[in-house]
Amino acid sequence: MAYSDKVIDHYENPRNVGKMDADDQNVGTGMVGAPACGDVMRLQIKVDDNGVIEDAKFKTYGCGSAIASSSLVTEMVKGKTLDEAAAIKNMEIVEELALPPVKIHCSVLAEDAIAAAIADLREKRGETAPAKAESAA
Amino acid sequence: MSNLNIPVYLDYSATTPVDERVAKAMTDCLTLQGNFGNPASRSHVFGWKAEDAVVEARKNVADLIGANPKEIVWTSGATESDNLAIKGAAHFYSSKGKHIITVKTEHKAVLDTCRQLEREGFEVTYLDPEDNGLVDINKLAAAIRDDTTVVSVMHVNNEIGVIQDIAAIGALTRSKGIIFHVDAAQSPGKVAIDVNAMNVDLMSLCAHKVYGPKGIGALYVRRKPRVRIEAQIHGGGHERGMRSGTLATHQIVGMGESFRIAHEEMDVENARVEALRDRLYNGLKDMEEVYVNGDLEQRIPGNLNISFNFVEGESLMMSLKDIAVSSGSACTSDSLEPSYVLRALGRNDELAHSSLRFTLGRFTTPEEVDFTIAEVRKAVEKLRDLSPLWDMFKDGVDLDSVQWAAH
Repeated sequence: MAYSDKVIDHYENPRNVGKMDADDQNVGTGMVGAPACGDVMRLQIKVDDNGVIEDAKFKTYGCGSAIASSSLVTEMVKGKTLDEAAAIKNMEIVEELALPPVKIHCSVLAEDAIAAAIADLREKRGETAPAKAESAA
Repeated sequence: MSNLNIPVYLDYSATTPVDERVAKAMTDCLTLQGNFGNPASRSHVFGWKAEDAVVEARKNVADLIGANPKEIVWTSGATESDNLAIKGAAHFYSSKGKHIITVKTEHKAVLDTCRQLEREGFEVTYLDPEDNGLVDINKLAAAIRDDTTVVSVMHVNNEIGVIQDIAAIGALTRSKGIIFHVDAAQSPGKVAIDVNAMNVDLMSLCAHKVYGPKGIGALYVRRKPRVRIEAQIHGGGHERGMRSGTLATHQIVGMGESFRIAHEEMDVENARVEALRDRLYNGLKDMEEVYVNGDLEQRIPGNLNISFNFVEGESLMMSLKDIAVSSGSACTSDSLEPSYVLRALGRNDELAHSSLRFTLGRFTTPEEVDFTIAEVRKAVEKLRDLSPLWDMFKDGVDLDSVQWAAH
């Protein structure tokens, strides 16, 4: 199987690997996937006082495309508001990484991870989420 | 030549390079100056010479498995041999019964052939192996019915390298008057084979796992007591009517030479390869959360199938770009299902996704093994640092207690 240069770059030099304190009121954690399916992503976002994502960290168990997809979304969400981050679509990841059709599920998982992290943060902060757009599964 | 050839080839169960001696024998059977004749030409020296070469190859293949050369039928490979054996025997004996027994860890060439027979109205029992990959003879005996005509069990498993007790199964099937087929694609040169001592009736063989060429195989068909099969390919009545088609002299000579060498050198080679396999295992086994898949004792020398828990197999292979191995991870297949062989052993899906198969062979060197150990350790460590499951494991979280959102 041939990987795109961008997948290889993110795989070999993953951005923002790590773990934040899940109990921090400004940190939202999203964990999606399942070990039995071969991929699990944990995405964490941290917002500043203005509700802008100032930091993001991930760890992923999965194939190279899953690792690259989660590495990429940590870069994409930084500097965005929660609403802007929630609007990220999996096809943006597919296009950026040139994922082949069999790997599209990796990008879907990354989109789900963003949504889960945002939902966690909003719940902590007592906000109600705006109507969530359907994910393009 | 250096003893470290990068990329390192550790996928000998997928296929082997052709031995130089085999390649030489084959190239002597192609050109005008060589032995290019049609072995079926009875009227001139070109045909006679080609036939002589085929006779010698037939003897070399028969010798390795303790058979008579007249019991060897040339085919295009083990897949064709499996089809010819199982369909051929099931069809021929269908008036006696239409029940077949095989095992869930068989190669797809056997399983898909059985599926086809099911579509034709046959019944097939797919036995579960034990957790070590071996068949429990009592469970096999219990599955036998009055209308069972064929039992098909592989000798050596292609993924986990375990060796089934063929002699025990053969004694059982012979006592019941059931045809016993053995897919032996992976065993020649690695395990001693004696079709008489083992009471095997049909045995599939191929050359390209034994340092011979791809595209050639054979089916052993017992003569005493006589085993009958229906031909699947019809034509000029070659191979006593069981498999028509002009014999490919160069391919057959290649298979014969590869089996002759395997027979002659197997004791020395197996001792060497086993030492290398143990060297590899010893270099990895002290890592945390590594599991060998399949029985370690009843196993061919060159196979190490191992799961690195909390690391996904495809990403591991991506890190090992200088090492050619294969994985039971779903991501390496088109189906998105992890290895059916590992699942049949009762391995959970996580461990199946995390498996790598290393298969060593004739040209593997100690330097290549040491390089592999270092690369694997580095890659597993890197990927565990990236793995949320590893974090959770280290934090003492029981992963089975987590509610995962399956997708």
